[in-house]
Amino acid sequence: MSGRMIGVDVGGTFTDVFVLNERDGSASVAKVPTTRPDQSGGFLDGIGREVSDLSEISVVVHGTTAGTNALLERKGATTGVICTEGLRDVLEMRRRDRPRTWGLRGDFEPVVDRRNRLEVPERTLADGSIRTAVDLEAVRAAARQLRDQGCEAVAILFANAYANPDNEVAAVAAVREIWPNPHVSASSEILPEIREFERFSTTALNAYLQPEVSGYLGRLEHALKSRGFDGEFMIVQSNGGVMAVDTACKLPVRTALSGPAAGVIAAGYIATTAGFENVITGDMGGTSFDVSLIAEGQSMLSPQTSIDFGMVVRNPMIEITTIGAGGGSIAWVDKGGLLNIGPESAGSDPGPVAYGLGNDRPTVTDANVVLGRIDPENPIGGKLERLDVEAASMAIDTHVGIPLGLTTLEAAEAILRVANSRMAGAIRLVSIERGFDPKRFAFMPFGGGGALHAGAMLAEVGISRAIVPRYPGVTSAMGCVIADMRQDFVQTINSLVSSLDETTLGKFMQSHADHGMALLDAARTAFEARELSFELDMAYIGQTHTVSVPLTITVEGGKVTPPTKTDIGAAFDSAYRATFGRLLEKGVRRILNLRSAVTGKRPKFDLQTLAPTTSGTVSAKANRPVHFGDAWHDTAIYNRLELPVGTVIEGPAILEQPDTTVLVEPDLQARVDTFGNTIIEPSEDHS
Amino acid sequence: MSEIDPITLSVLSGRMEQIADEMDATLFRAAFNPIIAEAHDASHGLYHATSGDTLVQGKSGLPIFVGVMSFAVKAVIEKAVAKGDLQDGDIYIFNDAHVGGTHLSDMRLVRPYFRDGELFCYLASVGHWHDVGGAVPGNYNPAATDVFQEAFVLPPVRLARAGEVNQDIIDILLRNTRLPQSAMGDLNGQLGALDLGIKRMDELLDEYGAVTVAAGLDALGHRAEALMRSELEGLPDGRWEAEDFLDNDGITDEPLNIRVALEIRGDQMTLDFAGSAPQCAGPVNIALPTTVATAYVAIKHIFQDLPANAGVMRPINVLIPEGSLLSAEFPAPTGGYTETILRMIDVIFCAFAKAAPDRVVANAYGTINALSIAGKRSNGQPWVMFSFYGGGHGGSPECDGLNHGNAPISTATIPPMEILEAAYPVMFRQWALRPDSAGAGAHRGGMGAIYEIEVLEDNGAEAFLFGERGRFAPQGIVDGQNAALNQFTYEQDDGWKTPPLASKMRGIKLRKGQAVRLETPGGGGYGKASDRAASDVARDVARGLVSAEIADEHYGNAWREVPA
Repeated sequence: MSGRMIGVDVGGTFTDVFVLNERDGSASVAKVPTTRPDQSGGFLDGIGREVSDLSEISVVVHGTTAGTNALLERKGATTGVICTEGLRDVLEMRRRDRPRTWGLRGDFEPVVDRRNRLEVPERTLADGSIRTAVDLEAVRAAARQLRDQGCEAVAILFANAYANPDNEVAAVAAVREIWPNPHVSASSEILPEIREFERFSTTALNAYLQPEVSGYLGRLEHALKSRGFDGEFMIVQSNGGVMAVDTACKLPVRTALSGPAAGVIAAGYIATTAGFENVITGDMGGTSFDVSLIAEGQSMLSPQTSIDFGMVVRNPMIEITTIGAGGGSIAWVDKGGLLNIGPESAGSDPGPVAYGLGNDRPTVTDANVVLGRIDPENPIGGKLERLDVEAASMAIDTHVGIPLGLTTLEAAEAILRVANSRMAGAIRLVSIERGFDPKRFAFMPFGGGGALHAGAMLAEVGISRAIVPRYPGVTSAMGCVIADMRQDFVQTINSLVSSLDETTLGKFMQSHADHGMALLDAARTAFEARELSFELDMAYIGQTHTVSVPLTITVEGGKVTPPTKTDIGAAFDSAYRATFGRLLEKGVRRILNLRSAVTGKRPKFDLQTLAPTTSGTVSAKANRPVHFGDAWHDTAIYNRLELPVGTVIEGPAILEQPDTTVLVEPDLQARVDTFGNTIIEPSEDHS
Repeated sequence: MSEIDPITLSVLSGRMEQIADEMDATLFRAAFNPIIAEAHDASHGLYHATSGDTLVQGKSGLPIFVGVMSFAVKAVIEKAVAKGDLQDGDIYIFNDAHVGGTHLSDMRLVRPYFRDGELFCYLASVGHWHDVGGAVPGNYNPAATDVFQEAFVLPPVRLARAGEVNQDIIDILLRNTRLPQSAMGDLNGQLGALDLGIKRMDELLDEYGAVTVAAGLDALGHRAEALMRSELEGLPDGRWEAEDFLDNDGITDEPLNIRVALEIRGDQMTLDFAGSAPQCAGPVNIALPTTVATAYVAIKHIFQDLPANAGVMRPINVLIPEGSLLSAEFPAPTGGYTETILRMIDVIFCAFAKAAPDRVVANAYGTINALSIAGKRSNGQPWVMFSFYGGGHGGSPECDGLNHGNAPISTATIPPMEILEAAYPVMFRQWALRPDSAGAGAHRGGMGAIYEIEVLEDNGAEAFLFGERGRFAPQGIVDGQNAALNQFTYEQDDGWKTPPLASKMRGIKLRKGQAVRLETPGGGGYGKASDRAASDVARDVARGLVSAEIADEHYGNAWREVPA
């Protein structure tokens, strides 16, 4: 196989394109403004800048925020629901939570209006027995009514459909016969897992996204093809794997965290390749700082997420914790005289005061500008000639310095100290909640702003080193090219181990394997390897939280050999002991869900091709004063991409590249590794 | 006291909050019982070395504990100081609600934190255990007339001395619960959370020094106090009253009033509960610490951006009449404390609405509706399905109330219907919003819920309910209207029945195929109904949340002329 592999990540401000030339292993990147509302303009423009003949492209992988944005901005399709009698309001009632602990304010509108939620006679019990067969005449009447009320998509949501999908299957068939488009989702198809709100919500959001996302992806594919593209078009899922575009059109809800997931995948690959199996990533954007944890090369998956209050998506997702501390986060002093950062943000438009686009309240970036850490003469993003340092200083004085009795520089340092402390807090909590000691991890900043704060994270959290990827600004686009193809499946089993029907479990496992392998077969990519993994969610009777129990399963010629009860019991004991230290005497073991994943390993490109080709020594291109602690330091400025492998630069220093500034504080040093990553660690003199 | 610069203070404030948050996270992860693990009915914090005042509290614990925990610490201080032998590594444990507030299910652990041989502060952990003995599994006994019928009572005793755990105490605890395994798991989780807190305090003090951290804690208290005073100064001076009622105490069918006079003078506020009902025979009494803590919860909902420490309460004087059900004496039963404190929050909101109508929301549904359905399976196995149910929140100055929310004193979510149906022989015939249950207003209340639960077990089942708001509806504010009453009915051979005490009942016998039906209140309305936009009324009617007749009655018929 030869040609070009292209990763495209569409973010809020920029569309990043990463191009890998498979013939010679060379790579190039492009950054173009994101177009709105139709992101396909920027998408095609970005590819066009790097590749003139689209027929040379073998694969395009897209990390998209189209689904996320449609959810956050409530711009999905008018959607209808057909549900079990008595359960019309599950989507609106949620799990009886509230938006914020304190204040008791705020309301909630589900994505499906109550008028478009219709009940039909049918009922399945928890044991899978059908108490009331579905009334198909009522289903057809409901579908017609929803169609007449202007619904473009419909979701079928029946009680206990995870235990027996027969009623749903019959209803879906009846609806599909008369529904004018393919946008029909059934809860037992989307997520055959116990817990009605989570299953209904995921299914309804899938239906809500289907017209929008499949329309967008269809337009993109059409535009690519009309320009001569004849390769494979794939989409990144929230779980960090990719899927074919037609799968994405059926399961758009699985793209909810597509963009950020790709970034974490790339970070994990870069870190592992560079010899760091345990890494905490920090993606600093305009409004937020996103933290994710990779242990022993594996990114953490969380079983579900809330896109917004009451909008739950349950699917394995790369776990990303977000706090409101980005470059555009606003610094302010509250009535009690305490300095705060965010959550309000100037974002990228109007952006920091120094951008001169109308914001007059100081941000984290303004503090970095005033302290000389960002070069005012070379603003990132290319919109401006020069950053307005004076305006930034004045804003810091007015809103922070004067209220707290600090000089401009003291106030700017204070803003960074508080922001760094909050970012460090997020890193600590993410690792502690998972039972890890953050000191065992390396820190990997990516996104435009993270590398300015790497040294502070080392000091605050006690991490020993940071690794800055060679192209931190296009990590997500690079992740698109790296990610494997993966499909997840779930099926609620709900049985005691002692009374498990091994044959039924085996059938589910086989069906997941067959379905997953068929998706891999349909892909044109040549996979280096295929992996099948099976896990059971298990617990003792009476226990709330389940433990993930990995099963060791033999698969030969595509045939799965199901585990015996004894195998399962032993696997549970070992997983439970690893989590809680000891087993429960006389505890009765229960299986809740089967989770299967099918992965096709895509060929990895050699990161060394990104390494610098220069050799010898490189001297500083300039010097400028940068403020650290309580003094200005004459600081050497280097062009980062020119630094040869093995270069060691003592702090204070600044390494600049077009979209990122790497700050090396006094007493730290920066070392260029064989892949062109910059390793920041304590100076040898001081370590 | 040494001065501390505001930037170090900002950083310290975040670090200390995080210590409490990490203690919460540790217990949630380790706890065995779902009330802690899933409903987060637990809390952790740091408390002052001599006064026991709250210094820092975790963000994820249960709201009511934010105020009540300092009483647990004060109780330990009293006992330890009296004995004069508090040592590093001591841990006290108790559940006595008359000393530490709330109810006997809440097990409190208090541990002094020493630095260089000096007492620096206390750390405390509280968690709701699954069972602590008494007459009813789970300890929600609506007919208890003293604490001994509710649970076994443990006064503050030393679980560990100088780091040595006293196994005798653990043996006593485990012999007094129906679920020793769960109790042991929770106890271990709480001990683990305290260990982590000590470790994190050590790290913090290593980094900043004890003097700076102590100065920081003082400064945070002063700052919270200053914030509260500046809030109060911005409000008009005056005195406003409000009153509401509990249906009954579960023993005698007589209403019990709760009355508050709220007075603001300059930068101070008084909440005077004089005129509230006397101590009663049944379990809706609350002990004094609970009352003070509840005032704090109400204040925290009104001033939601203020930090969670004792400084906030310094400008606020809470007056509680002796002998009232708000300062019940040992051994009066307190198991149903949730209902009484919800009513306290309601009257504080109603009084506050008269002082500053834009600062509060109307009453929420106001009852946790503890409903239990229990029986024996055909194989003899006993089963108990026990849960709390939701209702509507009050309308606010900005928007309608939230449909189907959790109680203001809690952040617990409801178990999924499918989990309940899979675990117990029941089927929900209905799990839905309850139309016409919200109070009308410019911003109406959120809708309450309907849960109709049928028994599927051949042997039938028995139900009991501990609820409220069966006779007195959640109130609207600023001319908003009241919500619907809580309504509980149960199916018998000759039709549907209602309990004589409206919202409380024991021993309801149900056959297979019979059901109970709980219709919970919505929230009260905010502002005049006539100020509601006709299009909003039309939309509510089109959605079936408000019936056409009710819409006409409360809002007039202008809505009929506009598109929904």
